[in-house]
Parts: sequence; structure tokens; C-alpha cells
Amino acid sequence: MNFSFHDDLLEMKKMVQSFIANEVEPYAMKIEEEDRVPDAILDASRRIGLFGLSIPERYGGLGLDMVGKSAIFEELGKTSNGYTTILGAHNGIGSVGIVELGNEEQKERYLPRMARGEWIGAFALTEPEAGSNAANLKTVAKRVGDRFVVNGQKIYCTNAPLATVFTVMAVTDPEAGSRGITSFLVERETPGFHVGAIEKKMGLHGSHTAQLYFEDMEVPIENVLGIEGMGYVNALKILANGRVGLAARCLGSSEYLLDRSLKHAAERSQFGKPLASQQIIQHYVAEMALEIETLRAFLYRVAWMIDQGEQAVKEAAMVKLYASEVYHRVADYAVQIHGGIGFIADYPIERFYRDARITRIYEGTSEIQKNIIADRLFRERGVTI
Amino acid sequence: MNVIVCMKQTFDTEAKITLTDGKINEEGVQWIINPYDEYAIEEALKIKEATEGTVTVVTIGPARVEEAVRTALAMGADDAVIVDDPAAFGDEFTAAEVLAAVIRTRTYDVILAGNQAVDDGSSQVAVRLAQLLDVPHVSTITKLTFDGAVAVAERDAEGDTEVVEVKLPALFTAQQGLNEPRYPSLLGIRKASKKPVEHVTVAGIGLAENAIAKRVAVTETFIPAQKGAGRILTGDTPERVRELVRELRQTSKVI
Repeated sequence: MNFSFHDDLLEMKKMVQSFIANEVEPYAMKIEEEDRVPDAILDASRRIGLFGLSIPERYGGLGLDMVGKSAIFEELGKTSNGYTTILGAHNGIGSVGIVELGNEEQKERYLPRMARGEWIGAFALTEPEAGSNAANLKTVAKRVGDRFVVNGQKIYCTNAPLATVFTVMAVTDPEAGSRGITSFLVERETPGFHVGAIEKKMGLHGSHTAQLYFEDMEVPIENVLGIEGMGYVNALKILANGRVGLAARCLGSSEYLLDRSLKHAAERSQFGKPLASQQIIQHYVAEMALEIETLRAFLYRVAWMIDQGEQAVKEAAMVKLYASEVYHRVADYAVQIHGGIGFIADYPIERFYRDARITRIYEGTSEIQKNIIADRLFRERGVTI
Repeated sequence: MNVIVCMKQTFDTEAKITLTDGKINEEGVQWIINPYDEYAIEEALKIKEATEGTVTVVTIGPARVEEAVRTALAMGADDAVIVDDPAAFGDEFTAAEVLAAVIRTRTYDVILAGNQAVDDGSSQVAVRLAQLLDVPHVSTITKLTFDGAVAVAERDAEGDTEVVEVKLPALFTAQQGLNEPRYPSLLGIRKASKKPVEHVTVAGIGLAENAIAKRVAVTETFIPAQKGAGRILTGDTPERVRELVRELRQTSKVI
């Protein structure tokens, strides 16, 4: 058993930590207020390679395994979650489909540009009447000659206003249910493709989400990702990979909140002594630290399983569920320890508290994760539910 | 153009310095590349990118300096030489002699170094090195361009700019403002572990230990005394001025 990162990864983690602390965190309030990540920060992130984490080295990326990617995501979680989400969605669900399922031509066309961050990736599954219930998709792709004509609508597409490459799920065989869905790679400039207005959100400011509309949008057959009819299975695979990365970001944000809480408790006095000397505060930080350590151990174990080639669908669902719930509880403790200042928007705690909320919803709600876990548990015992 | 960068690993400028038995306690100290040397590395990389040359980093220090060397390689330097030998850990004289012995056998167009190290701040090593190598030097530069075999360097001169032209090969020391050092890229970090790092000893570079023994003896190292609380003078202005003059004369004895 070995719980240590290799030297290169430690160096990378340290560099990202210093980059985040010096180049991103000082602007976190500005990102929040203006709901926009400055171009200079995105450019600097491109230069150091943060857009190529999951893309193999032969296409200009870093080709990190899941443990490596989690280690970097953990550091990215320690600042504006909006900024982190742009990178998380791009390196996760926005590009993993092409890396895992793309053919050589598709990889050559998309991955080098995506690794450099010139083209940003997004993933489009959710619709007004279908989210986790992918079998109810209404977006239809009809084969006409050597192309598909796509009509329909997607909602809550993270990175949509920035992205150039979209992994879109559409129904190609309405009779076949979940076996009639196909994944497509769609470029922003495709005629008939429209990106809607930016949604106003409770948190994740700086990361933008929007609707997509397809009106007789023609997609050539070369842009089918993976095998026709396997879109649902593809989506599950892409989402499973994304879940572990999301858990790593939750871990980083939780660590940030514990760190701020410890500092605040040491510096702030009440009843003539520091908060840190109050036993109730000590118990709060102990609870936070315990949950964080448990999450860390679990997260890297699941990441390691994936690197060993295991599917780990159940474990990925578990760690996403657990990580988002830990982040939520830690953020609640952090607000409580900070008291009034934890509620003030000039201070980062309330921002993390709001940002924590979405982690229990996107990339599969906590409830859906439990469904997946239960489904796998019964399946392992030969029972279909 | 081939560039050699002289680099020193120093403790983090934000580190809390403590003494044990009159020596700086190295335990728990964060080590970084001397910030002025970072400007030198960045400038060397810019020259390399513009002229397709190479960048070699030379440093003196124990095993821990390997980390700083790896960072420089991750930023884009091609190779490095580490003089890891207690006989080389002397004073500014020793350092210059050691660096000169390493560099003398190499071909180079430009040598870059920081204008000072943030630990002992002597500003001597690079200038001594230029003297030993018999190459011209321009110190504390804020801009560097080339016109054939001539370098044009700028340096601050009391609020104005002094422009110095110098024939290559030459040595330059970097001042703050020369550039904005880059972060190593993630891919650069991975590639750095495969780049060549040569470890040499004093004997290995042809120096006799006693010939480079340090010439400065440190008699005492101490932490400056804690500043006492200030005193706010009261009364009307003539009264306060009189009191201030009296304090400066009698208590602090500065006038």
C-alpha cells in the first residue's frame, strides 16, 4: 500500500497551489461581483496547461490519470468555484468523451486545440423533460444521407457561452428507448445551432450555463461519437469520470473552509478568549477535519480504482454523493464558526456556502447517486430492480 | 544564443527566520529560487525562445537545491550543473571562483544572474564572476535587447534610464522590473524530471579546496531587536518640535 503521490505530481500540485493563491484567489471577489472570469486568468491557466489535464500527451495535453487529475482538482477547489467549474467541466464531461470514445480523426481535430484551451468543451444531456432520466430525451437526430438533422433543446449546459465543442446526446431511434440515443460532437459554428441567454444562478458566478437550441442543425456522420445507439451508455461513462473530479473539487473547497475557520477561530475573541478555546468550536473543527480526511481517503481510493481499469460506477456515485454532502456540511459549520461575517458578501465564506449547494444537484443529484448505488448493490447480488 | 544562468536557492522571503546556536535554523524553512534569479531565468528563456539557443542553470548548494533546479528546468531551462560539495559553500569569493571554474569550459553568449540574493544581499558574486571570466558586465538591468553581437541593456539611473551597449559575451544582473517570471507549465514539470542535471565537486572542476577557502569570517549572526512601542508627542507645535529634537539628540543620538 502506498498513499503518496509521485514526485512530479507533488511538484504540479505545489505549482498549481501557488498559481491559485497568487493569480486567481486575489480576484475571486471580482469574479463573483462581475460574474465573469477575467481573460487574463483564463489565458494564464491556458499557458500552464490547466485545460489539458485529461488529454493525452500525444495531443498536447498532460494525460493525467484519475489520481493525478483529482490532485490538481483538489487545488482548484480552493478558490472561486466558478473559475473551477469552467476548468472542471472542460477537463471532465466536456472532453472525456472524445478522449475515451473518439476515433483518431476526431481526436486529431479536437484534442490539441482543447488541450491548449483554444476550444473549450461542454456536455449537453439535460433537457426540460429529461435530466438523469436520459431515456426521456426529446432532442431528435434524423439520418438524412451522410448527415444527421438535429432538432431539439438542451438546458443547464455548463460552459455553453464559452465553448466551441459540445458533446450532445440525441435520439436517433425513438423506438429503442435508452438504446436509441447517440452522442454527437457539435461545433458552435454549425448552422442551426443557437446558444441561449446566460442563466442567473444562486452561485458559481463566473461559470456560465445556458440553453442550447437546435433548429434543423446538420451534423455530418463523422461527428458521431462512439457507436450509434450507445449514447446513453456513453453518457453514463462520461458522467462517472466527471463525478470523481467533482468530488476532488469539493474536497479542495472543504479544506479551504476548514483553513479559514481555524484562522478565524484563532484570531477572533469572544467572552475574553479566542473562539478556538471554546469547546463547541473545537468540536466543530474536529467534525469538519474528520469529514475531510474521510473524504480524502475515499476519493483517492476511487480514483485509484479507476486508474486500475475498474468501472467503479457504484464507488464514483458514492464519492460524488459523499463529497457534495461533506462540502455542504463543512460550509455550514464554516458559516456558523464565522458568525455574522460568514453571512457578509465581502467575505468569501457565504460564497462557498452558496456554491456548495449545486454540488448536490449537478452531474447527478444526491438522490440519483443513491439510485445508482442501490441498483449496483442489487445487481452485484443478481437482483434487478 | 546560449545562455548560462547563475541561480541561488534561498529561504522564502516570507519565512520566519530563527537561530539555533548562532546559525540560521533550516528546519521547516520553505526554500525558493532567489527572486532576482527568477528574473534572470525568465530573461534567459525569452532569449532562448527568440534565438533558438539553450539555457543552462548553474548553482552551488546541498541536495536541497535540486528542487530549485527542477523548477528552473520546468520553466524551460535545458540542463543544469549543481556543485554539491561543502568545499564550495564559502563566501562570495568562493562562489565566484567555483562558478567561474564551471562556466569557463563552456561556450556561451550571455550569462545572467540576479543582482543580489535576498538572503545575504551582497550583490558581489556575479560581478566577481565577470571579472574572473574577463567578460564585460552590466548590473541591475531592467531591459535587454540584442543587435547582432552587441547587447543593449537599460538600467535605472536615479529616475532616468541609462542605456549601455556591450559586446558579447557579457554578463548581466537582473533587477526587479526586467520581466514577469512565468509559472512552470504542468507539462514542463513532467519534462523537467527527464532533463540532464550534472552533479560536480570542487575537485571535479579542477579547483584546490584551500585555494577557494572563504576569506570572510562571520563573527556573529543575530536577529534584530524587537522594535519598542512608539511615542506620540503632545502639546503645541513648538513644544513638540523641542521635544522631538531633544529625543533625537539625547535618546536616539542621531543628530
